Amino acid sequence: MNFLKAFGRFWYDFIVGDDWRLAIGAVAAITVMYVAAHNDVNAWWLLPVVVPTLLCVSLLHASRPR
Amino acid sequence: MTHDLFLVLAAFLACSVEMVEALTIVLAVGVTRGWRSTIIGTATAFGALAVVIAALGPALSVIPISSLRLFIGTLLLIFGLQWLRKAILRASGFKALHDEDAIFEEERQAALAAERDREGLDWYSFTVSFKGVFLEGLEVAFIVVTFGGAQHNVGLATIGAVAALVVVLAVGLVVHKPLSRVPENTMKFVVGVMLTTFGIFWTGEGAGIEWPGNDAALLGVLAYVLLSSLGLVVVLRRRHERVAARTVVAA
Repeated sequence: MNFLKAFGRFWYDFIVGDDWRLAIGAVAAITVMYVAAHNDVNAWWLLPVVVPTLLCVSLLHASRPR
Repeated sequence: MTHDLFLVLAAFLACSVEMVEALTIVLAVGVTRGWRSTIIGTATAFGALAVVIAALGPALSVIPISSLRLFIGTLLLIFGLQWLRKAILRASGFKALHDEDAIFEEERQAALAAERDREGLDWYSFTVSFKGVFLEGLEVAFIVVTFGGAQHNVGLATIGAVAALVVVLAVGLVVHKPLSRVPENTMKFVVGVMLTTFGIFWTGEGAGIEWPGNDAALLGVLAYVLLSSLGLVVVLRRRHERVAARTVVAA
């Protein structure tokens, strides 16, 4: 059980890293883009808008005074 | 052509930066406890990394390119954002820069304190060098496999990684001390920008959208990600200065 936990933890840290918001936000935006593309909406602008926004939110959160 | 160039460059930079970190650990253990077990540990780690790339690379080449780009683009985007986030925090002063000299000294002290096996393989040296090289190299293997896989050209990404490995090893052999002058954070920043750019571009292609200007859009996305990241560095630097000034006044 401990091994599985450590294994899962390793991959979580490896892929998701320090801020889960970035991963969740990116996956949500990609899902919306995918659905839009399959409904004949060419939402190429979506990721270029969402990515810097996500980064900005994550960085402001990490840099706020504690 | 542009894609291939970026592929080699991203693999080269990512591998250089990770291998500089691995070299610090290997040097500290080797200098303190001897080279035999350290080199065996390092070679075993490289062997394990080669197996990971050899096993996953061909497996990815059988997946249809659009599904592959959607899946890999998503992974690269998440991975790239993490690299970029850390690099921006370091560039703006919110996170300490990697200090190879300090890490070398820390590893050296730990190696001195650890018990020594009387005969045969020195397991401490083997384990620490294996772990250092394998864990640092795993990120490179991930980048090589995903980056190369999304263009169905793992070989080209491997060339970039191996070239970096040769350069770092050669410089390490010559100077025989941690490569503390390598601008690690700048290299990580560039890799973060490239991973994020390709993540955005390939995810879009995999999802079925059409980029304005087709492949040429890649350069536009690259410039956009680079400029917005540099903008965030500037904003965060100012924020850091304000926080530091307030702390001085409060003290």
